[in-house]
Amino acid sequence: MVNYIWVVMILIGLGFAMVNGTMAEVNEAVFTGAKEAITLSIGLISILVFWLGMMRIAEDSGLLSKLSTLFKPVISKLFPEVPSNHPAMGYILSNMIANMFGLGNAATPLGIKAMEELKELNDGKNEASRSMITFLAINTASITLIPTTVIAIRMNYDSANPTDIVGPTLVATAVSAVAAILIDRFFYYRRSKKG
Amino acid sequence: MEIVSAISLWFIPVMIAFILIYGTYKKVPTYESFVEGGKEGIKMAVSIMPFLVGMMVAIAVFRASGALDVMVNWLRPGLEMVGIPAEIVPLALIRPISGTAALGITSDLIGVHGPDSFIGTLAATLQGSTDTTFYVLTVYFGAVGIKKMGDALKVGFLADAVAIITAIIVVAFMF
Repeated sequence: MVNYIWVVMILIGLGFAMVNGTMAEVNEAVFTGAKEAITLSIGLISILVFWLGMMRIAEDSGLLSKLSTLFKPVISKLFPEVPSNHPAMGYILSNMIANMFGLGNAATPLGIKAMEELKELNDGKNEASRSMITFLAINTASITLIPTTVIAIRMNYDSANPTDIVGPTLVATAVSAVAAILIDRFFYYRRSKKG
Repeated sequence: MEIVSAISLWFIPVMIAFILIYGTYKKVPTYESFVEGGKEGIKMAVSIMPFLVGMMVAIAVFRASGALDVMVNWLRPGLEMVGIPAEIVPLALIRPISGTAALGITSDLIGVHGPDSFIGTLAATLQGSTDTTFYVLTVYFGAVGIKKMGDALKVGFLADAVAIITAIIVVAFMF
C-alpha cells in the first residue's frame, strides 16, 4: 500500500505541475526535499547516539526491566505477544514516557529500538507484527501529558494563559488513544478471522 | 505554569543523573555501555536515510506543485458544513504528513488569530494531541527494515482522523 501512496503522491504532483505551470517549484522541491531528509537524518545522529548510549546503561543495569515490571499489568494487556521480561517492554515504555512529556527527540531512538526488539520477537520477518501495529497506533495517537512545544508557541504570542491548552489536549489525547487501540484491535480481529 | 516549565526543564537532567547513578550502583561499566549503545545510533541514522529521502521528496513534490492546496480547497466546503473552520483544514491534512510543516501552520494560525482565540486553541490542541504518522511509520519501520506494513497505515491514519475530530469536539465544548 505504501508503494502506491508513494507513487501516486509523486505522479499527482508532477501531473499537477505540468497543468498548473509549477514545474520550476517542483524541480526545486525534488532537491530540497532530498536535502532536508539527509539533514534530518544527520541531525538525528547526535540524538540517537546519546539516547541509545544512555538507554544501554539503563538496560545493562536492569533499570529497563524494573520499569517494565512496574507497568506490566497495563502493557501486557496491550501487547499480549510480548513476554513481560523481554527488553522490548522496557523500550516501548520508555518511548511512551518520552512521548508523554513531549520529548519527541528522545522518543524516536527508543521507538526504533522497541521496533527492533519486536522484529526479533517476530523471528526477524520483514512484515509488521501485531505488536508493531499496536505500538504504531499508540504512537500516532500521541499520548501527551504536557504539550511543551505548543505551550512555548503560545507564550511567544503572549497568550493570557499559555497552559490553558493542557486540559483540552489531555482529554483529546486520552479519547484518541483509546480510539486508536480500539481501531487496532478491530483490524487485528478482522485479520485473524480471515486466517 | 511554573510547575510545567520546571518539569520540562528538569526532566531530562534528572533522568540522565538517575540512569548514571543507578548504573554505577549496579556496577555497570557505564562509559563502555554508553559507547556500545551509541554505536547503534549511527547505524540507525544511516539506515533511515533512503526511507526519509524517498518520503520527503514525494511530500515536497506534492506540496510544491500546488496539488495539496487544491485538495484542501476541495475538502473545505464539506468540512465547513459540519462546523469545522476552514482555517484549520490545511493543518489537519498536513499534520500526519509533515511535522515541521504542521508546526509552521500552527504558529501561523496562533499568530494570526491570537493564542486564546477558538482557532488558535484548536490549532494548539491538534498539534499537541496528534503525531506525524507518516514520519513515525517511515522512520520506525524503515530503520528496522519492515517492508510489509500490513494494516499499520490504515490503523495509523484512522487513528489520526479520530484524533483530529476529537480535538475539534473537545475544544468546541471547552471554549
